[in-house]
Amino acid sequence: MAWQQAMGSHAAGGSQAPPAAAAGGGETQRTQYPYVTGNSVIALKYKDGVIMASDTGASYGSTLRYKSVERIKAVGKHSLIGASGEFSDFQEILRYLDELTLSDHMWDDGNSLGPKEIHSYLTRVMYNRRNKFDPLWNSLVLGGVKKGPKGDEKYLGMVNMIGTHFEENHVATGFGNHLAIPILRDEWREDLTFEEAVKLIEKCLLVLLYRDRSSINKFQIAKITTEGSTIYPPYSLKTYWGFSHFENPAQGAVGSW
Amino acid sequence: MSSIGTGYDLSVTTFSPDGRVFQVEYATKAVDNSGTVVGIKCKDGIVLGVEKLVTSKMMLEGSNQRIHSVHRHSGLSVAGLAADGRQIVSRAKSEAASYEKVYGEPISVKELADRVASYVHLCTLYWWLRPFGCGVILGGYDRDGPQLYMIEPSGVSYKYFGAALGKGRQAAKTEIEKLKLSELTCREGIVEVAKIIYGVHDEAKDKAFELELSWVCDESNRQHQKVPNDLLEQAKAAAQAALEEMDAD
Repeated sequence: MAWQQAMGSHAAGGSQAPPAAAAGGGETQRTQYPYVTGNSVIALKYKDGVIMASDTGASYGSTLRYKSVERIKAVGKHSLIGASGEFSDFQEILRYLDELTLSDHMWDDGNSLGPKEIHSYLTRVMYNRRNKFDPLWNSLVLGGVKKGPKGDEKYLGMVNMIGTHFEENHVATGFGNHLAIPILRDEWREDLTFEEAVKLIEKCLLVLLYRDRSSINKFQIAKITTEGSTIYPPYSLKTYWGFSHFENPAQGAVGSW
Repeated sequence: MSSIGTGYDLSVTTFSPDGRVFQVEYATKAVDNSGTVVGIKCKDGIVLGVEKLVTSKMMLEGSNQRIHSVHRHSGLSVAGLAADGRQIVSRAKSEAASYEKVYGEPISVKELADRVASYVHLCTLYWWLRPFGCGVILGGYDRDGPQLYMIEPSGVSYKYFGAALGKGRQAAKTEIEKLKLSELTCREGIVEVAKIIYGVHDEAKDKAFELELSWVCDESNRQHQKVPNDLLEQAKAAAQAALEEMDAD
């Protein structure tokens, strides 16, 4: 931090003090860059609930280091969380949520936190951490279904590392925000059946697999309905790499390659 | 009361000449006057039951809980001063939570009982503290199976197959001894506990009471929770029927 160094050196009478001392002792340097990261998560509402999908990869920098990590987890009885970004930060967030569901359980009063409440909580956590200049380096997707006064209420929302948050009928993080959202905007409907929703989400995943170099061909789909959550075992999609554009990507491209 | 007026009963830091700590014994009295609390270890889990004396007709049903969950897998029932009990409950909760945070796995019931007992005992060591006016029965389920501990105001804790505290403890204990605990399931156990609580209730001294029942067993997914309402009602009905049958004889 340049301004602190400048102030420190001034106080020390112009001599060059080491940065730590210049920071005044109370300041701490934190890890402010992600190491192991997961990529896109896609989620959308469908007829009976919310469906969520991601691949099971986690990269160390640009190296595809881990190939079977679960980035979608169940939270309490009514919610699913999906995360892209720093994997260890996600694990920390899961610990927070575990604490939350534990205290919920201990009340034993028949009430339980729904997706809306958990999303709100995460929103506060993420924004609070960014205000400490120590963000949790994630984009989180929260989906769920809970009985409300107007019947079953589907919920789908997102929050990112700077605390920006919103609700939507379909969301996608990371590269998905660029590549999957246009498809979802065209093809999403409120009354998609589960099969149709899976088809649509697989279409998005396949585009991501082709165009996002950090994605891998091992995907997990999860759903949540009033019956509860199901996280399906990982599987692969059929790919076809014989398209002429894949074989000669430079053809017709203007520029250096 | 031989202790009164001798000056040896004013502090927990003063022993009497024959080696007793009267303040702790007085605390035990507070427990002995409480509504009965029963805990049994069945073959597949633990059942806790409380005869919660209702002091006012205007009290909302279900308030002043005497059984609390202290973690996913364990529950604590309180006999004696309910407010003192809450202090123990909150300590048990934080011990369980901190253990899980540090070691990444849920606290064992034994360890939890030990830690809670140490806390209770701590309050018998300093003149500026008052011992807890309550005894607790801790039930839980971990990898070693279901376990039951009772912790008294003195800070001692023992592991039990069946334990009882409060007014009706003697009668309750004789009833528990008659049960075949190694063959009893929790589903049957809740009925037995209900029968015991209804049986030891003294209609002449205390009018209204509420039965609180909780369990940790395979059926509850090894989670400590209130016994579901339908089962609670069944158990109450069975207990009342058994009582009427006894009266008829």
